[in-house]
Amino acid sequence: MAELGRAALLVTLGLCLYACVVGSVAALTRRRRLALSARNALIAAFASTAVAAGVLAAGFLRSDFSFVYVAEHSSRSLAGLYKLSAVWGGQEGSLLLWLLILTGYAALAVWVNRNRTRDLVVWVTPVLGGIAVGFSFLLVVVATPFATQVAPADGSGLNPSLQNPYMTAHPPFLYLGYVGLAVPFAFAMGALLSGRTDERWIVATRRWTLIAWTALGIGQLLGSHWAYVEVGWGGFYAWDPVENAALMPFLAATAFLHSVMIQEKRGMLKVWNVVLVSLAFCLSIFGTFLTRSGVVNSIHSFAQSDIGAWFLAFIVIAVVFSTVMIIWRLPLLRTTTRLESLVSREAVFLYNNLLLVALCLTILWGVAWPILSEAVRGDSVVVGRPYFDFFLRIFGLPLLLLMGVGPLIAWRRASLRGLGRTFFWPAAVAVVTGVVLLLLGAGSSVPGLIAYTFSAFVLAAIGLEFVRGTRARRALSHESWPVALGSLVGRNRRRYGGYTVHVAIVLFAIGVAGASAYDSVVEGRLTKGEALTVSGYTVRYQGLTETQTDHATEVRALLRVSRNGKDLGGLEAGKNAYRIAGPDPQVSSEVGIRTNYLTGEDLFVIPGTVYEDGSVYFRIFVKPLVNLLWLAGIVFLFGSIIALWPDAREQRRLAVRYDEAGSPVRGR
Amino acid sequence: MNAAIVLGAVLGALCVVLVALPFLREPDPVSDEIEKMTPERQRRLALAEERDRALAALKELEADHRNGRVNDEDYRASIGPLRREAAGALRALDGEVGQA
Repeated sequence: MAELGRAALLVTLGLCLYACVVGSVAALTRRRRLALSARNALIAAFASTAVAAGVLAAGFLRSDFSFVYVAEHSSRSLAGLYKLSAVWGGQEGSLLLWLLILTGYAALAVWVNRNRTRDLVVWVTPVLGGIAVGFSFLLVVVATPFATQVAPADGSGLNPSLQNPYMTAHPPFLYLGYVGLAVPFAFAMGALLSGRTDERWIVATRRWTLIAWTALGIGQLLGSHWAYVEVGWGGFYAWDPVENAALMPFLAATAFLHSVMIQEKRGMLKVWNVVLVSLAFCLSIFGTFLTRSGVVNSIHSFAQSDIGAWFLAFIVIAVVFSTVMIIWRLPLLRTTTRLESLVSREAVFLYNNLLLVALCLTILWGVAWPILSEAVRGDSVVVGRPYFDFFLRIFGLPLLLLMGVGPLIAWRRASLRGLGRTFFWPAAVAVVTGVVLLLLGAGSSVPGLIAYTFSAFVLAAIGLEFVRGTRARRALSHESWPVALGSLVGRNRRRYGGYTVHVAIVLFAIGVAGASAYDSVVEGRLTKGEALTVSGYTVRYQGLTETQTDHATEVRALLRVSRNGKDLGGLEAGKNAYRIAGPDPQVSSEVGIRTNYLTGEDLFVIPGTVYEDGSVYFRIFVKPLVNLLWLAGIVFLFGSIIALWPDAREQRRLAVRYDEAGSPVRGR
Repeated sequence: MNAAIVLGAVLGALCVVLVALPFLREPDPVSDEIEKMTPERQRRLALAEERDRALAALKELEADHRNGRVNDEDYRASIGPLRREAAGALRALDGEVGQA
């Protein structure tokens, strides 16, 4: 069936080319049926890509090793779930997933907007088609997943570190995020091409950006948890270039989601918003380039290939195209509205934007510098954790504070006296928290103490917002507190969904500070019966077990954990040696984690070398509050869903506006 | 191999039909032009956006004042200019619609 896969991809390439070229002609000549035809080509491209993806997935599920790609990334003994996730376990499959999501998003975006702003959507089609041309061309010409061979008896198997449930979800979520940023980019370019630089493109893309941003955030968190439980180095984020590659578009999209509100509320920052959307999209392509090119040494760079040059060309085209478009349409993007005061909600959003973009560009520089240095001077430079940690504190801590400041300040302007009143309670909570933590010994890490103090401020500010809003709602409607709260959130979904996301970010910050600034570690080689002690925990090594499974040899060190003399039960940590094609097995560390769900603390045991005499080298961490990171993910998703939920009142308001203006929003 | 070729051909044919559908459904349309956003409409839309922004700002200021985020002094300082802005936008839009 490889021929069907190849044919389907060829059809996709043809359809995307059609959508791009014919869509452009239709937009230029304003020919309606031609534009509809180009739109249909994008929808058909999704169907044909789905066929190609289905063929590849079937190859994996049937262990059809006549597919070179299947043989390289799967084996007969691989569990069914991982056979499916192996589809995107390598270069070609990842690109196919990219294209599948891209054409899916594109088809959905043009279909959902088919009856709105046709003069704008008519330009969105060729832009999305153009992006899809790039990826389908790569899959047809450079990296086809449908190369065939004489089927070997078994495949090479999947990289053991990818045999983790998180890996079935982490890449698709990340790609949903990366690729999703193509939609707001296409609408922004469509707005510039059509000359419709009013709010319409922002209204059309706000939810798309939010969906992509949420997926990117969840994808990164899933990846962090995978790194935490599977990679076995004791952390969840290593400032790895490929991890950074996902963080950068997330930061740019975060800035956009905030600055877009200034355009909606004040009609300002039109140029800035288009720049941010373009930056986020270009960074998403850059992230794919980093992952797929093998240009950086990373745990994520499973592929070493010459595909990087194509991606580089893609990035250059995207950057040049968007820059030319923005410069061309600058006169349309100028606004007459000015910032009225440096102490206002929009000013806080502006500071937030500057900090986010500064953090994003600093990370970009840290990622790009080693690549540039090696390309230009031939020497390899390492930009390590201290660089990134430094800038995270410099830009991240003020950002954290601004999350609390923003909700307390009114739009346009605020007097100092008014601020004093609204800031009193959150500031008091923050000061008390800081002092108490200092007395409890949290001063051992100044950034950690500041992070906790700011977190208390933000939580108090958000709590106050909910209380004030609910109280005002009750005064108007005489509802009970829960009903008033529900109706407050329901009537202001974006605002209170946003606040909920801010709570998630605070939980995340507390988790990061706890796990990195206040963690404890001990390490040593233990023979049977010996113990290591850290932060009140005693971990005693009791011996080794070895189990043979279908595809691996699993060695486990049996440990007994107690705290302050109280037995907490057993814990296992060890190594899996996966039998794969080749002389040596692939070995993965299987860390032992004991979670205290009440305090959010983890006891984290990394098994090192297992010696012939049965002794084992252990590295043991105690990570306070680290589980707030994963809780933050759930709250983040909840807040995003609130913000994403359709608002019929807003749709009606917009419909009235466009009807009054007589804009061509409706039609076939 | 043969089945794959047949399925590939079917897929290609279905895609061609979908792409050609607008022309098949409307072989001879009354109008084949995409409606244009004229400069007048563009101007009216800009004014409508301005009006909506001013009205939303007024509503938000009232809500902020009600729930205590904005004190009386700030409220009094802001409400006048905002009302004038909203009234100006409404007048301008009415004038524009009247002309149209």
